[in-house]
Order: sequence, then C-alpha cells, then structure tokens
Amino acid sequence: MATRVVKEHVQESIYIATDSARKRAMKENIKGYLFISPFVVGFLAFTLIPILVSLYLSFTKYNLFSAPQWIGLENYKKMFTADPRYWQSLKVTLIYVFAGVPLRLAFALLIAAILNTASRAVGLYRSLFYLPSLIGGSVAVAIMWRNIFGDKGIINLLLELLGIPSVRWFGDPTAALWMLIFLSVWQFGSSMLIFLAGLKGIPKSYYEAASVDGANGWHKFFKITLPMLSPVILFNAVMQTIGAFMTFVPAFIISKGTGGPLDGTLLYSLYLFLQGFEFFNMGYAAAMAWIMLIIVGVLTAIIFATSKFWVHYESEGGR
Amino acid sequence: MRIKSVKWWTYHILVGGFAILMLYPVIWLLMSSFKESNAIFVTAKSLIPAPFILDNFAEGWKGIGGNSFGVFIKNTAVLVIITLIGQVISSSLIAFGFARLEFKGKALWFGLMMVTLMLPYEVVMVPQYIIFSKLGWLNSIKPIAVPAYFGHPFFIFLLVQFIRTIPRELDEAATIDGCNTFNIFYKIILPLIKPALATAAIFSFYWTWDSLLGPVLYLNSPAKYTVSMALNMFLSNETVSNWGAMFAMSVVTLVPVFAIFFIFQRYVVEGISTSGLKG
Repeated sequence: MATRVVKEHVQESIYIATDSARKRAMKENIKGYLFISPFVVGFLAFTLIPILVSLYLSFTKYNLFSAPQWIGLENYKKMFTADPRYWQSLKVTLIYVFAGVPLRLAFALLIAAILNTASRAVGLYRSLFYLPSLIGGSVAVAIMWRNIFGDKGIINLLLELLGIPSVRWFGDPTAALWMLIFLSVWQFGSSMLIFLAGLKGIPKSYYEAASVDGANGWHKFFKITLPMLSPVILFNAVMQTIGAFMTFVPAFIISKGTGGPLDGTLLYSLYLFLQGFEFFNMGYAAAMAWIMLIIVGVLTAIIFATSKFWVHYESEGGR
Repeated sequence: MRIKSVKWWTYHILVGGFAILMLYPVIWLLMSSFKESNAIFVTAKSLIPAPFILDNFAEGWKGIGGNSFGVFIKNTAVLVIITLIGQVISSSLIAFGFARLEFKGKALWFGLMMVTLMLPYEVVMVPQYIIFSKLGWLNSIKPIAVPAYFGHPFFIFLLVQFIRTIPRELDEAATIDGCNTFNIFYKIILPLIKPALATAAIFSFYWTWDSLLGPVLYLNSPAKYTVSMALNMFLSNETVSNWGAMFAMSVVTLVPVFAIFFIFQRYVVEGISTSGLKG
C-alpha cells in the first residue's frame, strides 16, 4: 500500500518533470528561433526562393518585360552546343582559377615562411604585404592595374629594363588574361596572414627535434611545416577557388565591361552579367548560374575528397 | 656577431625590397596623381612629380554629370553605415543563437548557413533582381541595404567562433542572478565580443565601400552613384586629358581604406588570422 502511494507519487512527479522539461525545451526552441530568425527569414527570402526561381527560369526564355516562356532544356543545349562565347568564358575562367589560386597560395606560403623565420619587424612586413589584398577588390586598383600594364606603363618599362621586349597587354587575349592572373596573385596577403597564424601554431619542439636528427631547412619545410599546415591550406584552397570563380570587378573594369580583347578576359561572372543585364537573356543567365553552382560544388567536393591524401590532421597522429 | 648582422641586413634588404616592389604600383598611382595628366606616361619612369600639382584633385572633385565627387562619397558613406549597422546587429543576434542556445534543427540551420557562405552570388543574382524589380526597389539602395539586416554568413561564422571561447559559467551565473536570455546576450556576451564586432564592422565597411556589382545592378541615376561607380564612369569617359583626375579620385577612394586599416590593424589581422576570412 505504502509502496503504491510512493509509486504513484513518483509517477506523478515524473509526469510533472517531463512536462516542465518539455515546456522548457519548447521555450528554448522558441528562444533559439527568435535569435536566428533574421537568418531563417533572410535565407528563405534572399537565398532559397531565388535559387528555386533561378532553377525555373533556367528552363525559360525571359527578358524581364514579358512573361517567362517555357523552353525546356533549350538554354542548356544552346550553352553547350551553340555558344562559342560560353566555352570561351569557361576556358578563361578555368585558366584564371587554376593558374591564379595555386600561384597565389604558393606565394602566400613562401612569404609567410620567410616572415616566420625572423622575429623582428614581422608586424610591419605583414601589414605591407597585406595591403594589396586589402585594396585589391576595388575599382581604384583595377584602374591602376589597367594603367601600369598599358603600352607605356611601368610593367613594360620594367621589362625593357630587363631587356625583354615590351608586351601589348591589351592587344593579345592571353596576355590580357595573365594581367588578371597577376592581379589575383598580387593579392596574396590575406592567405599569407592565415598561413602565418598557422605557422605560429606549430610547436617549436618539432623543429628542434628535427634539427637534432640532422634535418635541413627543406626537410623541415616538407616534413613538418607543409603537413602541419595542410588543413589550413585546404580551407584556403576551397575558399579561394570559389572566390576566384566569382571574380567580376577586375575583368569588368580592365576590359571596360566587354571581356575583351577577343573575349580574353571574359570571366564567367562577367559573361553571366552581360547575358542577364546587357542582352536581357535572364533565362540563359540563370542556366549559366546553375552550371556555375554545379562546377563550384564539384570542385569543392574534389578538393575535400582528395584531402585525405595531402591533409594531415593532428588528432590522427603523425603519418 | 658580425656574421649575424650581415645576415640581418640581407634579410631586411631582400624582404623590405620585395615589399616595396609589391607596393610600387600603389606608390606610382599616388605620385602620378600629382603629375600633369599629359606627363603621367611620359615621365612614368620617375616617381617624383615635377611640377607637383593639385589640379587633378580639383578637376576630379568636380565629378561627372553635374554631381561632385563629394556626392558619390556621401552616397557611399550612407550605404556603408546602413549596411554596417544591419550586418553587425543581425549577425551578432544570430551568432548568439547558434553559439549559446539549444533548439531543434540547430545543426540543420547552421549547416545551411555554412552553405550560403560558399554559395556564389551569381546564382541568386538574376532572381533577386527580378524580385526587387517587382517590389519597385530598383534605382534605390534597398536591394543592397535590406538584405544586410538578415545577417551575413561570414560575420555569423566569425562571431560564433568568438562566442564559443567565452566560458559558459558566465551565462549560468547571470541566469542564477535572474538574467533572461536577451539580457545574457546584451549585458554579458555583447560587451565581451567587442573585438569580433569591430572586425565584422571593418570588413563590412570594406566590402560595401568597394562593391561594384550591387550598385551597377541597382543604381541607375548618377546622383545616387557610389564611388566605385563614379570611378567606373571616369573610366568609360577616359580621354587622354583626364587620367590625372581619374588617378586622383582613385587615390581619394583608397584613403579611407588605408586609414581604417592603420587605425584598426589589430582587428583586421586577427580577424583574418583566426577565422580565415578573406580580405
């Protein structure tokens, strides 16, 4: 009898406890969603709905003024089979990304490793090398770049000084594309800062132990620095690849919005912009955006998938 | 000792020399803005302007199409301030939710946030334009400023990382003292994440100040142009005679960027180093 009463009592208090726990959890849920509500609303309004609209538009012909007209896969078909400018823009973008990003990362790593060896004045150098990254995305710098690569610009003066014949950067599509790649490499500063922070995190004792074992600078760099830094390099490679794919301002300014000469600087974003907002082929532009999304997604997946061959995570122990 | 100092000198001459080489184009731009327009490329070899003139600045400041450059700076400053306030406030609220509160579906929303971090803007560019044009928002800063009030994934990520380093005991102590959740955010967390808020504010300034695509898409009348668009307009009107003015105004648009960097260097460098934020 007594036990039954106790039992009932316990049962009751469990009900009360779970009930109040449920209420508390409910309250927590409401609070959580209240705080993140700007993101939820923004995500739906400015990302998810636009993405779905964009998918729909990619199957239509739409010029903003008359109603979208369903044409099935026509845009994609045209893109791949009947639009040489599309292939040209894809080609220059891939060259831009796969020449620019590795060069920039290598450069950033090299400078970071050099700065990491000295303790004095690193702060000053760090700031100076970061400056190009800081201003690199601006129109002012694109205008500057356009002018230093001009026929009588300082780059040609420098080449002359070195005994190399001057280059007509705006006369040749390949040279013009390299002008853009140099601009991207020049902005190695932010990656350098991230690498410097990574380098500081590598315990000095590793290097000391290696020295005791008779390792030279190269050995230390390839056996300690590079593996220890590989997660940071991975993250940077992913973010920079995506960023490079979206490059717009330099190509727009340097080619004065045309992508010239001979479509040599017609980066994907620029061509997409021209299709959408110069020729008002909104459906075609949406289809281009979707292919871009797929390419960026695939590239990211490849970088992550191959990471196990070159990324070293501390927790896995030495490999 | 002598050998060490030779090494020291070699290091600084090489690294310092390389730094100057990297920054030479910017120095050249600055110096050229004090040269006579028609002398800029003739005397490109020499950095020192002779004669040293300020006419380019006066000429450039007159602006284009009846709007002085001051108008473009004012437009940009207004856009920067509105955007910055929106991004910092909304991102800090969202970040607090992700970092401190437990709710159903949190992992999903956080994952979606990270996906938007990597989403190319081009994918939403066309439909956003259509939506904003249907709303009648074209030729105003609304399409650029309003989304700022719904958080910015980079800043959310940065702030979440920062809030996670703050001990939870502080929140718990405040709860015992009778603080509600909003007050924990407002009175405990917010004052402690000031450095990260500063970093977010600085990058918000940079990105809005420099942005070109948004203004090109949404602003049509020159009276509403930002500095980026004004420079672009200088470029499309480029003639032999106005290089000087274009260079001078390019320098003017870079001044605030440099100034903020040198004043708040610590926040910029730490922001990039700890979060992997790109600059």
